[in-house]
Amino acid sequence: MISRADAMISIVIKRVAGAIPTLFAIVTLTFLMMRLTPGGPFDRGHAVSPEVQANLMRAYHLDEPLTAQYLRYLKDLAHGDFGPSFTNKDFTVTQLIRQGFPVSLQLGLSAMALALVIGLALGTYGALHRNRPSDHAVVAFSLVGTIVPNFVMAPLLTLLFGVTLRWLPAGGWGDGHQLSYKILPVIALALPRISSIARLSRTSMIEALQMPYIRTARAKGLPRRLILLRHASRAAILPVVSYLGPATAGIITGSIIIEQVFSIPGIGRYFVDAAINRDYTLVSGVVVFYGTIIVIFNLIVDILYGVLDPRVGKR
Amino acid sequence: MLFRRILAAAILLLPVLTAGVLPAAPASAGEGPVLRRGNAAEPESLDPARADTMNAGRVLSDLFEGLVTLDPQNRPRPGAADHWTVSGDGLTYTFFLRAGLRWSDGSPLTAEDFVYSFRRAVDPAVASTYAYLLFPIVNAPDIVAGKNRDLSRLGVDAPDPQTVRIRLSRPTPYMLAAMAHSNLLPVKRANIEKFGSSFTQPGNLVSNGAFTLAEWTPQARIVLVRNPNYWDAANVHVGQVIIYPIASPNEEFNRYRAGELDITYTVPNAQLDQIRKTMADELHQSPQFELTFIGFNLTKPPFAGNPKLRQALSMVIDREALTGKLIRDGSPPAYSAVPPSGAPDYTPARISWSSLPMAERIARAKALYAEAGYGPDHPLTVEFRLQTDEDARKVAIAIASMWQTALGVKTSILNEDFKVLVEHRHEKQVTQAFYDAWVGDYPDPVTFLDLFTGSAGENDPGYSNPAYDALIAEAASTVDPAARRELLRKAEGLLLEDNAIAPTYNRVELYLAKPYVKGYSPNPCGYTFSKDVTVLPQ
Repeated sequence: MISRADAMISIVIKRVAGAIPTLFAIVTLTFLMMRLTPGGPFDRGHAVSPEVQANLMRAYHLDEPLTAQYLRYLKDLAHGDFGPSFTNKDFTVTQLIRQGFPVSLQLGLSAMALALVIGLALGTYGALHRNRPSDHAVVAFSLVGTIVPNFVMAPLLTLLFGVTLRWLPAGGWGDGHQLSYKILPVIALALPRISSIARLSRTSMIEALQMPYIRTARAKGLPRRLILLRHASRAAILPVVSYLGPATAGIITGSIIIEQVFSIPGIGRYFVDAAINRDYTLVSGVVVFYGTIIVIFNLIVDILYGVLDPRVGKR
Repeated sequence: MLFRRILAAAILLLPVLTAGVLPAAPASAGEGPVLRRGNAAEPESLDPARADTMNAGRVLSDLFEGLVTLDPQNRPRPGAADHWTVSGDGLTYTFFLRAGLRWSDGSPLTAEDFVYSFRRAVDPAVASTYAYLLFPIVNAPDIVAGKNRDLSRLGVDAPDPQTVRIRLSRPTPYMLAAMAHSNLLPVKRANIEKFGSSFTQPGNLVSNGAFTLAEWTPQARIVLVRNPNYWDAANVHVGQVIIYPIASPNEEFNRYRAGELDITYTVPNAQLDQIRKTMADELHQSPQFELTFIGFNLTKPPFAGNPKLRQALSMVIDREALTGKLIRDGSPPAYSAVPPSGAPDYTPARISWSSLPMAERIARAKALYAEAGYGPDHPLTVEFRLQTDEDARKVAIAIASMWQTALGVKTSILNEDFKVLVEHRHEKQVTQAFYDAWVGDYPDPVTFLDLFTGSAGENDPGYSNPAYDALIAEAASTVDPAARRELLRKAEGLLLEDNAIAPTYNRVELYLAKPYVKGYSPNPCGYTFSKDVTVLPQ
């Protein structure tokens, strides 16, 4: 039998080793797919003069053979250089990500924290009051939250609180430090996650409460509070934790819709604009960045699993 | 207890995680009223030589001032130069700078700065999209093409610190107006040499216009403050301009209604009726130097060598219904290739049948359609390509149904991603009919008519008529303005007679401005000048 700590370390090493080929494949596929997409970054509504077009292609090395471009890109990437953005010409991709990511991160983490608190509370409450009207209300709420898409909810919130009531700004990010600009996007982003977490935790809590060890604990005469918090919650939270990894990675690397609707300068917005404009370097940069974040978060989930579930790492 | 601890840690960590990475609050000064404007999208660059859309042009016209600028009717008016002379042969333009011009950092602005900026605009290493605007200048085409590597050979020099002299290789009557283009705005050499490609960042950017750059957060906002060193600073009323890139007209409208914007860039078409009812006095329109048209691929069937078919399709488009009932934003129907507003002094040619009533047009179109070899038993099936866009799609559906009703044409409408559409149009392999719009770069008919010459890269219909090319070439070497206009009008008439395109309408830009905002008037080329605006106390 190996110790738990050793098992954890070997998991981490395995994951990191596995991440490198994954990221390499992501880089290569993105590079190829962008180049195979019809239209290039400098195709304008009407062609510019051929001399000018040639100068543009040369300035961004697009006149070189594809393999040369690819090798150049890999080399730059190895030096941590994502290259210049084609459509935000005054910025490098690194500068754009550095500017956009903190915004997406702040928005995403706030929304996730809010979703976690409310979602877990609702789910647990629903499980404890199973099949009573209050439980049905929780289920109904999660259904609505899941069904109503973000692009409907976000404009509705804007219209109600921004335009009609004028309590909060209808969009924008202010100077980046005003709380009022962040409330609506955080709520809009959190709503569907609240539903998912409430649903997941309700189901798993109901399951956990029926486990033999809970019955044992109850038979031992432990107080209900303690049973719930110390024993049931640990099992019940596992599905939520595995949901949290990818969900958090997704939410902090920019919610494309929320950032568009509220005009928030996060990286989700760059992603859409960059793809439409064939900004090869910006698309690749964001994809690689996004891939790395997902790998890291999956790793964190694996570690959390080890901490939460005593079965992990025991042979 | 564990999950509660994780939660608590997550919540506690939140500000720690996010605080460190956020940039510090920018210091923004600028005494006087604030003007908040919507802009359609993030400018791709604030480097005049590398910017190539009006999203940048609308910011650059506040930051910089060229030798001349354009007034609301698109006529040249004095800018950094207060007067100029043109030699009798039309080949030498001499601009005399205002006395005592300064950059925003207080250093003197001289003719050498303009010489440097013009040379930079043709430098192949800078790869300026609009370098072709300078092609009439001596040696410019060779320098851009890399055939002449000596930038100092460009026909621009400074005989003295107050005088900029530009020598052309052929008379170019529109050169004066082209001088107002954002591509020819001056940039400060010392800062470009010091900061390289980040010379446009706040703190690095030195400008000569009414405003200077205080903050630029991509996709969030650009903040400009009044430039105290601008020659006319005493008459600039607005202290600070905040420009927001907002891609969605609906969202821009919401933010305007919420009181977060003073001027919008545009208006959501679907809300037009409500806006006319509830805020009519805030709705303004600005005619654009823009043509929306249907292009026919003249190199492939069914439109190659079939002018009658093209004319039939063009004739049955009820342009009045299209603009009056569907678009209904005040855009006039188009019967010419050059838009009526934007080229001062030029009266566009008109399609010969434009005065006929609709019923007669349809009757004639039916005859032409039959002569072209089509009829009820043998209807035309055509692919109509357009950019994925809700408003364009509505217009395309209307046009397809007019073709169907009048002639029985079966149209399949194909939405394409913009870049894909552009590639298809340029290749001329799969396109049949396509929906297109073109905005004039400078206030002269040639900015439209040049598109359709046999050698033009932009000639998406593949129109090729030696007589047309000859007229355009003759006009290019004609110095007398009236004679030149006559030649251009003849060429335009030929283009319309050949039905290479079916003009549909000339777009007007609608925008909302709060009642306390006065003096804002976008010009037909799309430039806007915040320095002309007064914000009244509310």
